[in-house]
Amino acid sequence: MSVDTATVAKIAALARLKVSEAELAAMVPELNGILSWIEQLSEVDVSGAEPMTAVIENHLRLRDDVINADPLTGGGKRDAVLANAPAAEHGFFAVPKVIE
Amino acid sequence: MSELTDLTVAAIRAGVATGDFTAGEVAEAFNANVAAAQKALNAFIIATPEHALEAAAKVDADRAAGKPLGKLAGVPIGMKDLFCTKGVQTTAASHILEGFTPEYESSVSQKLWDAGAGMLGKLNLDQFAMGSSNETSYFGNVISPWRRNGGGNAALAPGGSSGGSSAAIAARLCPAATGTDTGGSIRQPAAFTGISGIKPTYGRCSRWGIVAFASSLDQAGPMARDVRDCAIMLEVMAGFDAKDATSLDLPVPEWEKGLSGDLKGKKVGIPREYRLDGMDDDVDKAWAQGIAWLKDAGAEVVDISLPHTKYALPTYYIIAPAEASSNLARYDGVRYGLRDLPDGANLQDMYAATRAAGFGAEVKRRILIGTYVLSAGFYDAYYTQAQKVRTLISRDFTEAFKGCDVILAPTTPSAAFALGEKSADPLEMYLNDVFSVPASLAGLPAMSVPAGLNREGLPLGLQLIGRPFDEQGVLNAGLAIEQRAGFAARPERWW
Repeated sequence: MSVDTATVAKIAALARLKVSEAELAAMVPELNGILSWIEQLSEVDVSGAEPMTAVIENHLRLRDDVINADPLTGGGKRDAVLANAPAAEHGFFAVPKVIE
Repeated sequence: MSELTDLTVAAIRAGVATGDFTAGEVAEAFNANVAAAQKALNAFIIATPEHALEAAAKVDADRAAGKPLGKLAGVPIGMKDLFCTKGVQTTAASHILEGFTPEYESSVSQKLWDAGAGMLGKLNLDQFAMGSSNETSYFGNVISPWRRNGGGNAALAPGGSSGGSSAAIAARLCPAATGTDTGGSIRQPAAFTGISGIKPTYGRCSRWGIVAFASSLDQAGPMARDVRDCAIMLEVMAGFDAKDATSLDLPVPEWEKGLSGDLKGKKVGIPREYRLDGMDDDVDKAWAQGIAWLKDAGAEVVDISLPHTKYALPTYYIIAPAEASSNLARYDGVRYGLRDLPDGANLQDMYAATRAAGFGAEVKRRILIGTYVLSAGFYDAYYTQAQKVRTLISRDFTEAFKGCDVILAPTTPSAAFALGEKSADPLEMYLNDVFSVPASLAGLPAMSVPAGLNREGLPLGLQLIGRPFDEQGVLNAGLAIEQRAGFAARPERWW
């Protein structure tokens, strides 16, 4: 499978990456080089192999259902959460208007 | 007494404990080396001399008061700038996180500070840990302290992504540092700079507070000048953390105490598929030498087969970008980091502009690959297929370990290359990880130790891969090589 300029433009839009025409033109052969190389995986006989889900056997745990079980990741951290925001107003993240 | 900055972690810790010198003197000596080398090597994104001095002052005060000292008391270290450090800028070597100052400390770095270590600074790396030469950092290349003999003085790659860590240790700017390994990012830079580094079993070290690249592969680990120092560091860094769902709820073994270079009764597997056509002569010789050393240590050497080895790299370059494209979706210009808001832009425009301005070329490349292989219509052909092949690669190791205890292979297909030599072709750069990626895909503990120098006077590394949870077996085989290699070469100071 190979990609053309329109496909790369579509992927970039899905990934929320603004790319110029010149960047697109450069990316198409690069991505095709990588994709044709990874294409070799299709020759592997994978019958009887389940897709890997966990590389080391482990059990997913549930923490106790209590508020602030871990004070570091519990609630009440509004100012810390907003501390690195490019724009914060009235205790909220601020973004450009989304409703006309 | 030799210079303080030539001492190992074990020697610094012992000297501070016995009072041969103070932690403050050690911190000052390393702070001076960091400052003197910054312009030439660019190993650090920021230096934090005050952090190192403060931690040292506390250790010296504790010692004076007769209080018990931690496992790393008085040892100043470098922190890869992928670990969130409270109040200290954390960038992942990216523009998008430039100025980001975490409100919390990563679990691994917290454990290191709790053990009495101090921070010399945040080490440079490949942007979001994506690279094998440290050439994708927004903050400039790291220059290896090593140079080829016979002049020329071409600037060499320190490896990547933990290139700041490897360069800093080799140049004696720190005795040890943290690294992270997704496809070889601890082992390859260690091999390129003549130091040691171990990636433990997936889940040993908490990923909480480490900027995520590919979550099913990312593992933190130590880098240092010898095997004992790696064991000391890893004991502190490892351990269960409820804040990481994949953290292993297992006791941390006393790896340092368990160190032994006696391999009697052990079987070492030599994977025939790692013998590549047209393999570098010096790498081949180092591998043969490694086999001889392990035999000398009492081990029996056996041939093993890992049939799916050739598919490991393409598998990795589907899975890692897929996970990265998902992980990096969080950088949107809203909650932290850079925001690029062109005039009249709406929210979607802001996302796209911010990400275009904030990510470097390699990061964008991997986000696009990842988005493509996960997109509707292609998911099964690429991503599901890759996860099935990953199962087969893991199964290869399980089968192989029925007949051996540890695997010996080269760490890299060559010694360090020059900056710019491979950066034009992304594929050629990816191929440098051919020997390190399989163990990452299988979540196995793996380490690189120095084996010797090639004909150009550059270090070569040997890699040891162990069973899940058997860091001890890996460290011991590494120690057996270290004891016989007698690697004492160091870069001549030109910076």
